[in-house]
Amino acid sequence: MLQVRYFANIRETLGLEHELVPLPPGATVAALILSLTARHGARWQQLAGVAKVLTAVNHEVVPHDTIIKDGDEVAFFPPVTGG
Amino acid sequence: MTVTIRIQPEDFDIGAETARLRQLTDNTGAIATFTGLVRDLQDGNRIEALLLEHYPGMTEKSLRKIVEDAHVRWPLLGVTVVHRIGELKPGDQIVFVAVSSAHRAAAFAACEFIMDYLKTKAPFWKKCRQPDGEHWIAAKDSDQAASDRW
Repeated sequence: MLQVRYFANIRETLGLEHELVPLPPGATVAALILSLTARHGARWQQLAGVAKVLTAVNHEVVPHDTIIKDGDEVAFFPPVTGG
Repeated sequence: MTVTIRIQPEDFDIGAETARLRQLTDNTGAIATFTGLVRDLQDGNRIEALLLEHYPGMTEKSLRKIVEDAHVRWPLLGVTVVHRIGELKPGDQIVFVAVSSAHRAAAFAACEFIMDYLKTKAPFWKKCRQPDGEHWIAAKDSDQAASDRW
């Protein structure tokens, strides 16, 4: 299983802070995004359509072809705006 | 290099933070500090409050990495980064970066570098509460450009 976390507008749109998700076939970030699209439907597509979404695996921002494994923490969030 | 990184809802005392850096070593010749404040306007509209969210665990790691990147470029003695989270009001202090070094050039440059990187790499998100409702603040191209020039 993967621990998936959501932040900022993504957390609000999904109405969800975190969830456990099975490791998808293919085991990449791109495959996880596909499985989340199936899981969350229109709300997820709405996000992907309007906003840039960054992905972090185990606290590192990574590209979509990154391999993920059981037990990883994967986070989705918009571009950062601190400071 | 002595590094202090804190993420907290509480306010901070820039005098006390600077004094701590002064006491680190007798070789300190310069301390550069930056304090960020909450403005009262966003896109011309009044701000009632700013709500700061972060990613516990990743934010601390990310700030530590930024400070280490600065240390590779400049000879630093001490770095303190304090960032507030939660609900803040216009005029409140939001972020503090202090850098000590033997000489001013390194302290000035590293302080600016750390702020520029913090704005584009550390996972914090701001939402502002305005008379017409709450809005997530969008990332700015100018912040990305400031970070890219290093």
